[in-house]
Amino acid sequence: MKEKKTGSALRHNRWGYFFLIPFFVVFIVFQLIPLVTTIYNSFFEHYFKNGLTEIGPNFVGLENYKTLLGSGDVLIYFKNTMIMWVMGFVPQIILSLLLAAWFSDPSLRLKGKKFFQSVIYLPNLIMASAFSMLFFALFAETGPINSLLMQIGLISGPYKFLSHVVSTRALIAFMTCLMWFGNTTILLLAGMLGIDQSLYEAAQVDGASSTQIFFRITLPILRPILLYVVITSLIGGLQLFDVPQILTNGQGGPNRTTMTLIMYLNKHLYSKNYGIGGALSVILFFITGVLSIIVFRINTRSQQ
Amino acid sequence: MTEKKDDRKNKGFSLGVGTRRVIAYIVLVLLTILCLFWFYVLFVNATRSKAELIHGFTLIPSHYAAKNLYNLFHNSNLPILRGLLNSFLVATCTAVVSTYFSAMTAYAIHAYDFKFKKAAFTFILAIMMIPTQVTALGFLSLLRRINLMDSFIPLIVPAVAAPAVFFYMKQYMEANLPMELLESARIDGAGELRTFNQIALPMMKPAIAVQAIFSFVTSWNNYFIPALVLKSDSKKTLPILIATLRSADFLKFDMAQVYMFIFMAILPVIIVYLFMARSIVAGLTAGAVKG
Repeated sequence: MKEKKTGSALRHNRWGYFFLIPFFVVFIVFQLIPLVTTIYNSFFEHYFKNGLTEIGPNFVGLENYKTLLGSGDVLIYFKNTMIMWVMGFVPQIILSLLLAAWFSDPSLRLKGKKFFQSVIYLPNLIMASAFSMLFFALFAETGPINSLLMQIGLISGPYKFLSHVVSTRALIAFMTCLMWFGNTTILLLAGMLGIDQSLYEAAQVDGASSTQIFFRITLPILRPILLYVVITSLIGGLQLFDVPQILTNGQGGPNRTTMTLIMYLNKHLYSKNYGIGGALSVILFFITGVLSIIVFRINTRSQQ
Repeated sequence: MTEKKDDRKNKGFSLGVGTRRVIAYIVLVLLTILCLFWFYVLFVNATRSKAELIHGFTLIPSHYAAKNLYNLFHNSNLPILRGLLNSFLVATCTAVVSTYFSAMTAYAIHAYDFKFKKAAFTFILAIMMIPTQVTALGFLSLLRRINLMDSFIPLIVPAVAAPAVFFYMKQYMEANLPMELLESARIDGAGELRTFNQIALPMMKPAIAVQAIFSFVTSWNNYFIPALVLKSDSKKTLPILIATLRSADFLKFDMAQVYMFIFMAILPVIIVYLFMARSIVAGLTAGAVKG
């Protein structure tokens, strides 16, 4: 009887493998094989001269990487990407910490928390390209924001938002901040609600102020989640594409100061620069790979 | 009484609860305005005529919405109806495929014991963060080789392997799918696939609903890969049309139609969100990685 049971359990357990088949087949075909061909391509000279004559593929070793890193463009675009990430992330994390602290503070007895959370999360679900197109229309020279600013007398003539480096970058950073601070707030809130309330009560009895409690208790306990938020946001930041692509029509203007790494990759993909595009992909893969390992470590540690 | 006293005592180095509450409300209201302002202006401008739009900024809606919509739908340069249909088709299929197979993958890990179970689980979590952009080059050359360029299939099928959806399903199963129930189905002689389809899946409904919405929205908004895959005008999805709109000579365009287009592109998501916001936000925290 007992033997029979283990027999049937073993027979059933084979189904574990069957149920994994769709995931792994699709993963191998649409992610793993593409990843391998991408890496493979990065070692070959392969592009279309003037978009017509196919050059290569010729094996060139690390030549594509040398060309790519030697030209300096990649470093400029990396810098752009990072500057806009920081510009968006700093206000985002400050706002999110503040809001999460308020939402999780029972002594504040805030009403309508669910409403506010729903509202601040909304921009995250909005189509980034549509949002960016909206900002392009609103902040255009003849757009409503300029008319508003002139109507209230803040400026005398229209301000060309997209002709200045600071304002273009600021607009992109502002949009990403707006799209992501709700998400970050909810993540941090989940972490804060998990903190043992008795710690707070003890601190209050000892006469700690809310500021002290925040910096001495909440922040240290939140460290793993904060790290998770910073790194996932950094990975997301490296992928910045939709917003600047639409806002600047793929040009990264003014003068390539808002061109991001993925916009650059996109250009290579369009012009079928397999070699250089491959090398750029591999570099991005390694950067995100290292960052992902850190995220993965945090996840598995908190799982245990 | 004592509470008041405490407040006063703390005043030396901290603000009282009342003051902090007022500040919190002010900030929250300002942020609410900051989040909704753009969409409200979008709505207002989508209801105004081309001529009215030139007059500048206003917060009062006009009455040209129907006319703008009519003009937009009859604009031969901008196949928005086709775009809506394409986006809807791709996003719906993606949501179905992604939730069904992610539930299946999670079920494999949750309901069975096998040798590589832990390894498979760890592996799926490890590949969670690989961005699609870095494999796009190989992905496109694969599509060229197997003749799947300019097709919806490569936008839908890869959603079968969605580690984040899988992870959420797995978490949900741990809390809501008792093994005893599955055992009793087996004793009743139900096959394994049938047990999954008819017993496990119905119990996963809340998780499937939340993840279906997320998958739908992600696919609906997706721009990078579809823009590289879809070439013919009849197949373009909304984000690609928005990019076309952006690259068109802007001043020649009827701005009323531009606003109406953007409005139509985000309206479906906003409508779904109005009804589902509560469970979506709750679903976020449930799936979030927490300590």
